[in-house]
Amino acid sequence: MEPYQDLKGQEPAWCPGCGNFAIREALIKAIKALGLAPRDFVIVSGIGQGAKMPHYLKCNTFNGLHGRSLPVATGLKVANHDLWVIAEAGDGDIYGEGGNHLIHTMRRNPNITLLVHNNQIYGLTKGQASPTSVPELSSKTQPFGVLSETLNPLALAVAMNASFVARGFAGDVEGLKDLMIQAIQHKGFSLLDILQPCVTFNKVNTYSWYRERVYYTKDHDPYDRTKAFEKALEWGEKIPLGVIYKSKRPCFEDRIPVLSKGPLVQQGFDLKGVVAEIFK
Amino acid sequence: MDISIRIGGEAGQGIQSIGELLLKIFSHMGFWLFSHQDYMSRVRGGNNFYQVRIADRPVHSSREKIELLLALNQETARLWEKDLTPDGLMLLEGSLSPMETSGRALQVPFTSLAKEAGAAIYANTVATGSLLGMLGFPIEGLSEVVKSGFLKKGEAVAEQNWKAFELGYLYAKRECLTCAFHIAPPAYSKRKILSGNQAIAWGAILSGVKFYSAYPMTPSTGILNHLAANAMRFGIVVEQAEDEISAINMVLGASFGGVRAMTGSSGGGFALMVEGLSLAAMTETPIVIAEVQRPGPATGLPTRTEQGDLLFVLFTGHGEFPRVCFAPGDPEQAIYLTNKAFDMAERFQIPCFIISDQYLADSTWSIKEIEWDRIVYKDYRIKNADSNYLRHKITPDGVSPLAIPGFIEGTVVTDSDEHDEEGHIIESASIRKQMVEKRLYKKLPHIRKEISPPAYYGPKVPKVVLVGWGSTLGVLLDVTEDLNKDIPTGLIHFTELWPFPEIRGTKAWEAIERAELKVGVENNASGQFAWLMKAETGIALDKLILRYDGRPFYSDQLREELNGTLSRP
Repeated sequence: MEPYQDLKGQEPAWCPGCGNFAIREALIKAIKALGLAPRDFVIVSGIGQGAKMPHYLKCNTFNGLHGRSLPVATGLKVANHDLWVIAEAGDGDIYGEGGNHLIHTMRRNPNITLLVHNNQIYGLTKGQASPTSVPELSSKTQPFGVLSETLNPLALAVAMNASFVARGFAGDVEGLKDLMIQAIQHKGFSLLDILQPCVTFNKVNTYSWYRERVYYTKDHDPYDRTKAFEKALEWGEKIPLGVIYKSKRPCFEDRIPVLSKGPLVQQGFDLKGVVAEIFK
Repeated sequence: MDISIRIGGEAGQGIQSIGELLLKIFSHMGFWLFSHQDYMSRVRGGNNFYQVRIADRPVHSSREKIELLLALNQETARLWEKDLTPDGLMLLEGSLSPMETSGRALQVPFTSLAKEAGAAIYANTVATGSLLGMLGFPIEGLSEVVKSGFLKKGEAVAEQNWKAFELGYLYAKRECLTCAFHIAPPAYSKRKILSGNQAIAWGAILSGVKFYSAYPMTPSTGILNHLAANAMRFGIVVEQAEDEISAINMVLGASFGGVRAMTGSSGGGFALMVEGLSLAAMTETPIVIAEVQRPGPATGLPTRTEQGDLLFVLFTGHGEFPRVCFAPGDPEQAIYLTNKAFDMAERFQIPCFIISDQYLADSTWSIKEIEWDRIVYKDYRIKNADSNYLRHKITPDGVSPLAIPGFIEGTVVTDSDEHDEEGHIIESASIRKQMVEKRLYKKLPHIRKEISPPAYYGPKVPKVVLVGWGSTLGVLLDVTEDLNKDIPTGLIHFTELWPFPEIRGTKAWEAIERAELKVGVENNASGQFAWLMKAETGIALDKLILRYDGRPFYSDQLREELNGTLSRP
């Protein structure tokens, strides 16, 4: 019998061999391990192949616009901080279109988890360079290669003092599942960048390219910001996986005085009381 | 009695505090007030003014002609002396000089009197007292009112300000030999005053708003400030977003999460929200948006007024979907219409707009008592549903049950892609067709039924009708009243603009049928509403009076312009 049948949604329309299948499997396992039922959590996503994830699971879903998953997730979390909120996005989605929202969500530090399906290319629009594409990648739109500097999401997050920064690899479902569990359990904003081969368009960063390079960090202190920045900059011969950086910061919802009375959605509204308060 | 006072000076000189103190004093006395602000987009320098109109009957607009001019700098004296009425007088610091020496100015040593009271910083309080002295008002019983604004700086400071106020008052009363004003306070009780921005915020509070997110943009920022100031009192989370795109998406997230949510901006900021507007429509997520207009295109005139975004708000957003747009004419209407916008947004799961502008946003009115029984609050969300719940279920009226995620057995799923009843992405032609029909055709007739026709003010058989919408209500009411002395004139004023109201069979329709001349008045360059009205009803207006210099209409000036229009065949 297929395990976790109850969490599966529609049949995915991804290419055979796509790294997204492994991300989906890891996510289902993580949600199971955390004991979450479909009604307990919401996946908010943008647009892209990775952003289709919530349709392929059974969960509350807000599949919004390209780049805009984090503001929706933040508003949702403010409305009901009892819900577990996970945002899923691709590299073009969140590092390109939604870059400004990413920066400011790291500042706010709401208790939400961002899973980035980082395949270093645009899949849905068929093979253009993304902010994380390497310079040697050429495409129909970038015939001379990528002329802009590659965006380093982990270094950006460490610089922003994001409260949880990690990298996973779609080629290791068990390791990815463990990182997802840590990210979801972390209280505050957690960024999990997931290296994900795109078998159709990205002929540079393939499964074997990654397998030759990735390794899990050992004896790394994620609370040491300087060391974390060094780890975040490591890319090339060796690519580190695991929790790169953590900082102890209060989360956004805990800092909003109005929310100390409980989830906003449960605070109710009494028109007569409001009128009385106005006349007080 | 009907007196206009203009306080002019540089940004940073305290014009606004003087204006607000005057409003406080006169509303305490029971007068009807109207004030508006004319300010430049700068924090220091330039030339700004705050104008207060004080009357013993309701007034709804500003006049260009003024009885008193308080000039805090030389530039003000030079610019505005021409606007004084024949009996008008200027008040200025002893060191400044009036342009003419016709005895039309009273010079008061504000600074030295302020020092006598305790500190030079009280000069503006001296000036305010001098204005009262020139008007010949008795000031007994005003000490608490004057002091109240200074109490946060301590009892001693408040007391010294009252002293400064009295010194200014006595000096002006004694020295102003040409002051012809002798006005007694009316026998009314204290009145409340409210600005357009405050009224929209109160409308939202009374509708149960729980989340407001916006990016600061003049002239809409007052709503953000007012809600933030009241956040703890009414349990509202207010978040300044990193940009307007984020603001509207946060609002959508909060609304999806089960709370009433709103955003606001001016034209340029709202332009950034447009993809989010379309998302609200596709996901059928209720939201309320305040669009507080300023003159465009682009940055335009940031602190000035215009009714130039009407057609933009009505027709922007990719794809076809229903929306509701209201344009209140004064703060009372702003309260009721904001409340109605929240109700309709949630009932029909659509975006609803309040269209305002700088003139309405920053002007203050004396308001009548709020009719609390007109405030509607009905919670349309469901908290119980089984695991077969369908977020976008097709129903006879197009409205699907609106569940809160986490509260029901099943899951709540929605998508910006075209989706099935459950909310999942589809490409089926037949489901697409059903969903368009659900969102648009099925809901629209029910939405239309809720839209009220325009108000009609005036005689049953008018010779002239004026047609306006939104913030021009006050000035049009004052002008209509004035014109009726000479010629039977009616006013048709629209506040519920979209879907366009059915006007056939209404009082407005009868007036239009009978009038010999129909004149549209709009604060824009192209007569956007006249175009809309013709497109929706076939009625063409005979003349248009348009103002597009970034300034509001003044009643006396509009009256003159209408005289010209009426005298030409």
